[in-house]
Order: sequence, then structure tokens, then C-alpha cells
Amino acid sequence: MSYNMNTCISFENVSIKYGGFDAVRNLYLDIPKGKVTALIGPSGCGKSTVLRSINRMNDLIVGCTITGRVLYEGIDLYSPEIDPVEVRRMIGMVFQQPNPFPKSIYENIAFGARINGYTGNMDQLVEESLKKAAVWEECKDKLNESGCSLSGGQQQRLCIARTIATQPDVILMDEPCSALDPISTLKIEETMHELKKEYTIIIVTHNMQQAVRVSDMTAFYNAEAKGGGTGKVGYLVEFNDTEKIFNSPKQQATKDYISGRFG
Amino acid sequence: MNTESKPIFKLRKRSDTEKLIDKSFKGLALIMANSVALILFAIFLVIFSGSTESMARYGLQFITTSDWNPVLDNYGAFTAIYGTITTSILSLLIAVPLGVGSAIFITEDFVPIKIRNLVSNLIELLAAIPSVVLGLWAIFIMEPFLRPFFLFLNKFLGWLPIFGSEPIGPGIAPAIIILAIMILPIITSISRDSLNQVPQNLRLAAYGVGATRWTTIFIVILPAAISGIIGGILLALGRAMGETMAVTMIIGNSNNFSWSLLAPGNTISALLANQFGEADGSQVSSLMYAGFILMILTLLVNIFAQWLVKKIRLKY
Repeated sequence: MSYNMNTCISFENVSIKYGGFDAVRNLYLDIPKGKVTALIGPSGCGKSTVLRSINRMNDLIVGCTITGRVLYEGIDLYSPEIDPVEVRRMIGMVFQQPNPFPKSIYENIAFGARINGYTGNMDQLVEESLKKAAVWEECKDKLNESGCSLSGGQQQRLCIARTIATQPDVILMDEPCSALDPISTLKIEETMHELKKEYTIIIVTHNMQQAVRVSDMTAFYNAEAKGGGTGKVGYLVEFNDTEKIFNSPKQQATKDYISGRFG
Repeated sequence: MNTESKPIFKLRKRSDTEKLIDKSFKGLALIMANSVALILFAIFLVIFSGSTESMARYGLQFITTSDWNPVLDNYGAFTAIYGTITTSILSLLIAVPLGVGSAIFITEDFVPIKIRNLVSNLIELLAAIPSVVLGLWAIFIMEPFLRPFFLFLNKFLGWLPIFGSEPIGPGIAPAIIILAIMILPIITSISRDSLNQVPQNLRLAAYGVGATRWTTIFIVILPAAISGIIGGILLALGRAMGETMAVTMIIGNSNNFSWSLLAPGNTISALLANQFGEADGSQVSSLMYAGFILMILTLLVNIFAQWLVKKIRLKY
């Protein structure tokens, strides 16, 4: 298997099933290091499933099975000697709904760092993480208040700060702005521009303008109805530079989707 | 074009009966809510007025002396108070880890859902056993079975006052065990429900930052569910303090005070159940006084627990 130095995450013939039905079939995809990669596609095409398979969040779903290999820097994340907890420490995740812990803002950041064995100056780490996530100004005077007292957009940036504080290598974002207003969305996109200097970011989004604004690479997924069954199976249609996907897509399905003709 | 100032659509008129039903429902709910408070207040008042005679006669000495002698008409409830407090607190100490532990087992996916449901149903079935049956079981099966263990405690830890007497059969210790069994279903089912209500988002958040299952359970899930769990523990404590039948059958109903848990003792509820039938005069008043103390104890426990919940609960 050729291992490319510039590849961060690599899917090799990955299929994911929920119980009996296929969610994603035969996925081959190489996600580059140090860039923002957007996964777009209609609902139910398995984008989030693919994203969750990268940090083994699918392990928490009963009946979810995966075949094929997901490689992170050449290491098979699903080989038996890999501890999913360690995977999640290296590959952090920001969820669709802001989900701060019902603890103080400070503790929200410190919690992840502490369980990851961080022994440095915690105050400094909290400040740095909040600054990187562009939420320090709003939080600096109320570090001891509950994380849930913040607004939705601030909560989401707190969650990003919490992810950064665990010092991951890759950050996964599952529709991070879908529950937020346009201004908060813009702020989070600005944050992402800052973050991509240090991290590989993979983002699932329904918002195509957002994909254009934040990503370097875009993967378009589609779902097709399986013969006879009611379920749809997701598959990768096209993966290329974001600019090419949106300006000169090679596939008709991509063209239809980005021009809003379906999905 | 219709230029008349006519309403664009006609509002449907609600009939008078419908409005009347609405109004009377409000009143009904108000009456129901108030009657609960009224009943509580009435019980409190009756017990208080019934116990004034004894209160005036013994004052606080009633609580600190352990001489309960209907023949000499001299009453002190310390034996029963000691029994009530030790049996309820110690049975909680046994049942809380067991109950919360089983609740965690039931709500986590350690084993397939079918097995978890089976365990969960079995624990709830435990609550369906009548307490008199449990008492009978305690006398004939459980206590003889545990006797060697109690003997062992007395032999090796006998220098501690709480194990200072030889077990002779009925006693405080078997009562503690039977109470623990009786309150286990309450603690388990309420803890299970509160654990199930912790948002899935929180669990994902914890796993997402690289927490292990144990960290997730102890640092995130349990604190988020703690107010419900404490509520369940409180209900259980209330049941343990007030439980009468099984305790009366196994505790020995002795009014001779002993610090030892292995010796026969008494609880307030067992005392009341045993003596009310034949009591008269100042004995009734003393029993009322004991009942009043039981109510106060439960009230104090409730206040303490609500304060505790406020302190440690995570705020969403």
C-alpha cells in the first residue's frame, strides 16, 4: 500500500453498516494533511457516518459495523491493538449541537486536557484554547460560570476550544454551524481559518457556501436507493479541490447538486 | 373588493359549557393540590397535639433516655431512635452502591439489551414481594444463613461496641440487611431513570475529548443524574425509616438498649406497631411523641438532601 506523506486520513474500501442495512459502500478517499476538507451531499448519504468512523465514534452505536481500512498516518485505526480512547484523543470532534459539559467554562476546557494527562500550566492552556477558538473575550470574566450560560454560538466555540485543549492532530466537525445564527456561523468560520494553520480539519456541512468559504478540498457524496430495499446507500461521487468541484465539476450529479437542482 | 369593515374570518364561539369545564378543572386541580397539603398539616397537628402530654412530662429527656417501661409508666425512646437511625442509615450504605451500581449496569451497554431488561425487571419484581413475606423469609432463611457471619463479626471485631454482643437470632443487623433488600428496587429504578435522562450529547462530548467509559460515567454522567439519584435515595430512606412489618418480625422488639448491632433492638415504627393496640393513657401520648420524632427525622433528612442536591447538581 503506497503511503503518501501528505495524506492524513485514508479510506480504503470502507463500507459501514447499521445492523442489516448499508450506510456507506466501498469508499476510497485520501484526505490531505493540514487542509480543510469538506464533505457535502444530500441528507442520508452517510457523510456524518464517514466522519464518525474516523475517530471511532461509531463504536458507540449498537449494531454499527465497518469493513475495509481507515488509515491515520498509515496506521489502521480499526486494528485490534488500537485503543479507541487514544484515537479520540488524537482526533477531536465538534458536534452538531453545541454540547458543553454542565460545568464551569474553565472546567469544560480543563476536563479534556486533564484526562489526556496534561501537566502544564492549566490557566495558560485554558486562555490559549479560548483565544484560538475566538471566544476568550466573551469568557474571560466568567470562567467560573456554567458553560451552558453562554449563547449557542459561544457554546459551540467553547466546544471547539475544548477540543483544541486536548491537543489533537485532526479536528472533525459535524455540521458545527447548523444550529447557529449567521453571525455565529461567520465567527466559527473565521476560527476555522485560524485553526487550519495547525490542524487538519474535516467538516461535514449542508451549507454549500460554507464549504466554498472554508474548505480547500471538497468531497461530494450521494446516496442511491438500493435495489428493492427502502434504505439508501451512500457513495463518493467526486473528490477534488473545492474550486474545481464548484466551478467545473466532472460528474453530472455534482453539477446538479451544487446548482441546487436536487438534494 | 369588499370595503366594508367586516372581519375577514369568523372566530368560532366556544360554548358556555366548554368554558365552565375549563374553569372547574382549574378549581379541581387547586383543590386536589391543596388537599395534599391539608392532609399533611392535619396529620402533623393531630400527632403533635396527641404528644403534648408526654412532651410536657419528659421534654428532650424522652430522646436521650432509653427506659421504656409501661408498668412504671416511664418512657424514653432512645432505643427506638437509635434503632431507626442505624437501621435506615446502614441499610442505605449497603443499598446505595448496589442500587446505583445496578442502575449503571442497566443503562450502559456492557451486555445486550435483552439481558439488561431482564435484570431491570427482576429488580422491580423484588419490590412486589409483600414485606410480611420478606419478614418471614428473614426469620427462617436469611438470619440463620447469615448467623455464622454475625458470629465472625462478634468474635473478631467484638471489641467494637457495635459488634459487642453475641448474635442470638433476631437483631438490628438482620433488620438492616432485610431493609437494604427492600429499598434496593426504589434506588435502582429511580437511578436508572435519571441516568437514562442524561442527554446523549453529554456522553458524546465526553467520549469526544478522549474520556474512557469510567471517566465518562463518574465525571459526567453521574453528576448530571445526581439530583434524580439523590431523590431516589431519599425516597428509599423514607421507606427504610417507616418500614414496619418486616422490621418488627426480625429486629427483636427489645427496649433494652445496647450499642451492639447484633443484639435485638427496636425502631420507632416497630415500637408503634407493637404497642399501640394495648396502649392507654400516657403510653399513647409517648407513642405519639415517638411518631412525632420520626416525622421530624424524615423532615430533617429531606431538608438536608435538598440542600445537598442544590450543592452538587450540574447546571444545564
